[in-house]
Amino acid sequence: MTSRSISYVVAAGALVALTALAFAVGRYPVSLSEIVSLLASKITGSVNTLPPNVETVVMQVRGPRVLAALVVGAALAAAGTAYQGMFRNPLVSPDILGVSTGAALGAVLAIFLSLNVISIQLFAFGGGLAAVGLVYWIGSRLRGHDPLLALVLTGVVIGTLLGSVIALLKYLADPYNQLPAITYWLLGSLAAIAPRDLAAAAPLALAGLAPMLLLRWRMNLLALPDDEARALGVDTRRLRALIVAAATLMTAAAVAVSGIIGWVGLLIPHAARLLVGPDFGRLLPLAMLLGAAFLLGVDTLCRTLVTIEIPPGVLTALIGTPAFLWLFALARRSW
Amino acid sequence: MSRFFVLTLLTFLGKACFAQSAAVDASGREIRPPAKVERVYAAGPPASLLVFAIAPDKLTGWTRAMRPNEVEFFPERYANLPELGRLTGRGNTANVEMVLNAKTGLIVDVGSTGPTLASLASQVQEQTRIPYALFDGSIESTPATLRALGRLMGNEAPAEKLAAWYERELGDLKQRVSRAKEHPLVYYGRSASGLQTGGKGSINVEALEVLGARNAAAEARAGLVTVSFEQVLLWNPEVILTTDPNFWKSVWTDSRWRAVSAVEQNRVYLSPHLPFGWFDFPPGANRLLGLWWAGKLLYPQVFDVDLRAKVTEFHRLFYHREPTAAQLDALLGEPGVLPK
Repeated sequence: MTSRSISYVVAAGALVALTALAFAVGRYPVSLSEIVSLLASKITGSVNTLPPNVETVVMQVRGPRVLAALVVGAALAAAGTAYQGMFRNPLVSPDILGVSTGAALGAVLAIFLSLNVISIQLFAFGGGLAAVGLVYWIGSRLRGHDPLLALVLTGVVIGTLLGSVIALLKYLADPYNQLPAITYWLLGSLAAIAPRDLAAAAPLALAGLAPMLLLRWRMNLLALPDDEARALGVDTRRLRALIVAAATLMTAAAVAVSGIIGWVGLLIPHAARLLVGPDFGRLLPLAMLLGAAFLLGVDTLCRTLVTIEIPPGVLTALIGTPAFLWLFALARRSW
Repeated sequence: MSRFFVLTLLTFLGKACFAQSAAVDASGREIRPPAKVERVYAAGPPASLLVFAIAPDKLTGWTRAMRPNEVEFFPERYANLPELGRLTGRGNTANVEMVLNAKTGLIVDVGSTGPTLASLASQVQEQTRIPYALFDGSIESTPATLRALGRLMGNEAPAEKLAAWYERELGDLKQRVSRAKEHPLVYYGRSASGLQTGGKGSINVEALEVLGARNAAAEARAGLVTVSFEQVLLWNPEVILTTDPNFWKSVWTDSRWRAVSAVEQNRVYLSPHLPFGWFDFPPGANRLLGLWWAGKLLYPQVFDVDLRAKVTEFHRLFYHREPTAAQLDALLGEPGVLPK
């Protein structure tokens, strides 16, 4: 077994163990045997004799939340990995083209208009897609510059523009009711995940993942200068547009249900790169495994440590930073 | 010599006119209001409400313009007062120059009286030379705040009338609560998801505490917090109160909420919010109506009160206009406000 395959096996094993643990712990006490017999009755279709709340907790509350943490973590890590490869820049995160800011603006607007949860999510999803669409449209029209630079710079300036619209809405919001709701949304949380959120976000994230998986070998060519890639027969423009669309779809779907959760999309790809090197085909699966495991671990702590919820954005950095530095110190691999 | 005489005379006159009796506000700061306060700027909604109740003609403006559905509850000339913005607390939206331009004789804020707001008040007072008084906004201290405010504004009589009435209402409420045998476990759910709540001592659930209800989230820290759905299920409240119509609608269709006792028993209620919220925000005297409303829902046996009469009386005293029958129907007839 090579050290690379060890990385996959360890990450996958950790993910499975964490998932089992995440199902077993929570504010509402449900024993492991209850979970096992519930799942057994679900699989065999037999009637269980468990208290009805056990089924509600496992199937409606904790289960969807655990799976959503996996999906959101994997999606953010995958999008971050794709962008860091494509922009040839290790400091790039999935929101470089404004997807998170656009989603935030959508959600903030929906809260400002006192809409319901589903509308808030739809506004966030639509806002994320629209922001990146706008950035891409403007960026590709700025000729005479390096296309990647044009894209990144457009992303940064449009991001600040959307940020100031968010600030304006916060300023105008009702300080007793809407402003706290906006602040909590911007902090990110998986506390309110319902089965329907998972059912909406997971297919979209998978739809974004498909092109990345199919094109994973060609992704490496995007790291080359455009003319070299073209000499190898790759239409970089189209490939880039496809990857941007895929990463945006994944991130927007994730952010719409979870709010903004930082750190994962920026640093999980680095952790994966430290373990298996820069080749995208090897990097992507490991980054997704690590991202899913990391966010699941963090969210499990968020919902179990104290009576109230801890925003995941707080813990991702508190736990992630020392873990990342430790990994960085151990690894001798170059980027 | 004559110059000295004129100066002395001027100083004396100035003192007589402007620095009449000194008072101490709730933060312990000394306030020297002018002899006659003509116009008062209220720095936040709870303060606007009290100044308006005591002497509506002295209010310089609202912190935010009345929305169309709020206007109808007030006499027209007051509903259309200008929008001046908030001055302290959660972000300034008011311009200090505009406050000066409104010929303000006194600035008041009702709410927190902690060091942050006290220092802000002192700073604005130094800049503008307008006395700036802070008062406690809690439900229990509303009568005392009304009296102190009336003294500062030179409107003791109407303030005393309101304060005495408010005291009687609170006394009646508490006397009823003391007769209640069962105190249900109540969860207060805010925001569209309903997972935002107030812990023990939080201003958002002050009404629950005055009502002697058991707050399900009492173990959480004071202030607004987010909790997980599992936690709500674990608390399993018997009654849920909310201020969010979207949340109220969603509990009946969301299969997760159906597992909660309050939803199962159809005891989820939506607080009216016009023209000022009844239960939580703004955190002012308006919450008296929320007390009667929630009291009726939590202790039906001892709260055999006519809510329509309570609303009418409060509106007459504090908003200077009695609601029409149609307005009362709309307030109390909104789905979720009262049991079916």
